[in-house]
Amino acid sequence: MRVGAWEAFFLVVRRELCLSFRRPEQLFQPLVFFLIVTTLFPLGLSLQLSALRDIAPGVLWVAALLSSLLSLDSLFKSDADDGTLEQLALSGQGLTLIVVAKTCAHWLVTGLALVIVSPIVGIALSIPTHAFATMMLSLALGTLTLSWLGAIGAGLTIGLRRGNVLLSLIVLPLATPLLIFGAAATDRAISETSTAGAVYFLAALCVFTCTLAPWAATAALRITLE
Amino acid sequence: MWTWFYKLASPPYVYGVAAAFVPWLLGFAALAIGYGLVAGLGIAPADYQQGEAFRMIYVHVPGALLSLTVYTVMAVASGIALIWRIKVGHAVAAASAPIGASFAILALITGSLWGKPMWGTYWAWDPRLTSELILLFLYVGVMSLRSAFEDPLRGDRAAALLAVVGVVNVPIVHFSVVWWNSLHQGATIVKLGAPSMPGSMLWPLLSMWLGFMLFFGAVLCMRLQAEVLNRERQASWVREAIK
Repeated sequence: MRVGAWEAFFLVVRRELCLSFRRPEQLFQPLVFFLIVTTLFPLGLSLQLSALRDIAPGVLWVAALLSSLLSLDSLFKSDADDGTLEQLALSGQGLTLIVVAKTCAHWLVTGLALVIVSPIVGIALSIPTHAFATMMLSLALGTLTLSWLGAIGAGLTIGLRRGNVLLSLIVLPLATPLLIFGAAATDRAISETSTAGAVYFLAALCVFTCTLAPWAATAALRITLE
Repeated sequence: MWTWFYKLASPPYVYGVAAAFVPWLLGFAALAIGYGLVAGLGIAPADYQQGEAFRMIYVHVPGALLSLTVYTVMAVASGIALIWRIKVGHAVAAASAPIGASFAILALITGSLWGKPMWGTYWAWDPRLTSELILLFLYVGVMSLRSAFEDPLRGDRAAALLAVVGVVNVPIVHFSVVWWNSLHQGATIVKLGAPSMPGSMLWPLLSMWLGFMLFFGAVLCMRLQAEVLNRERQASWVREAIK
């Protein structure tokens, strides 16, 4: 039976979501890591609340990047190990479609979850509540972009034994613009100045990677799978 | 008309061409760098603001320019190798990566040595220094990805793809770093004087840049010979060539 492209897309997304919810520890570990890292900063620096507010955007964003990196490793790895990925590649649907579906599902369980818990971290870092909307919007755009960049990196490092360290080495330099604009947006939201420039730039980066990264990630998978 | 171009896909031909180019490139590089060093370090007048320290420019700026040029060469060679499956392209990319990383390190070291007398600190989060550092990280990523695979062809193609992805990202990183810097700190950094340089300062700089390009060409040809020999070690022409 031949399955249409949209149907295949939703089947893959549903399968990914099912798999993640059957192993909830994989869902929670990056989030707990995110919380631990952000609470370690105030402990290590022993700051006044006002000084904490100055470094909060940077701390928040570095922690978000690191915890997203942790989960990137699982994007293709388990499917590549048991041969599912090869079957998907041979299924007659374009490999790009599979990559898009898997990356979207991955963002839903990691990026979106991180956006949802970010207010807790925001309160812990004494970010004022009026900045939460911008903080969450910029985190949503940033984590989606990072998922796309990460899909390229994860595709390139699938078969490697020390893939995880190499993955960070590859993805983090590419992600520096996200850190700069994400932290700038949050910073400006805290000081109640115009956030539009930074948020638009994040959105532009997000659209840019959404359009180009699927092809690059597909090419990466074709190189490592063949 | 295009046959000379097609020939470049053949490893034995490239090996021969590279070998023939090396002495010429090295000779002209020595001339250009020699003139640049003598004229730049000895003859050019000291800068009215920066004094003698400005002479660092004769190594720093060509090094920084070359680190970008070499990345472009690497990415173009990688693109050619990926699209047309030309093995020599991977050899060129593999040969240029360490050279480009060295130029980036040279630019960073001379930049921080220059920064000490000018800015009073070895490291400032100046946009150009920062994006140069990220460029170095990209080089390191490409080189380690290539060596991480046991199958050399797979490593070549993975590194080639990363180089192409990186070349799209380099301008974005650069402009976002500039933007970030303008947001955080204003005029704490003394910018190089805007007035154009007089000829006695400019010509040695151009000559150094030309010399660095020629030097890169020479080192690339030497490394390319080694790469091609190593990659084609099973081929019969290699046994002839190194007899």
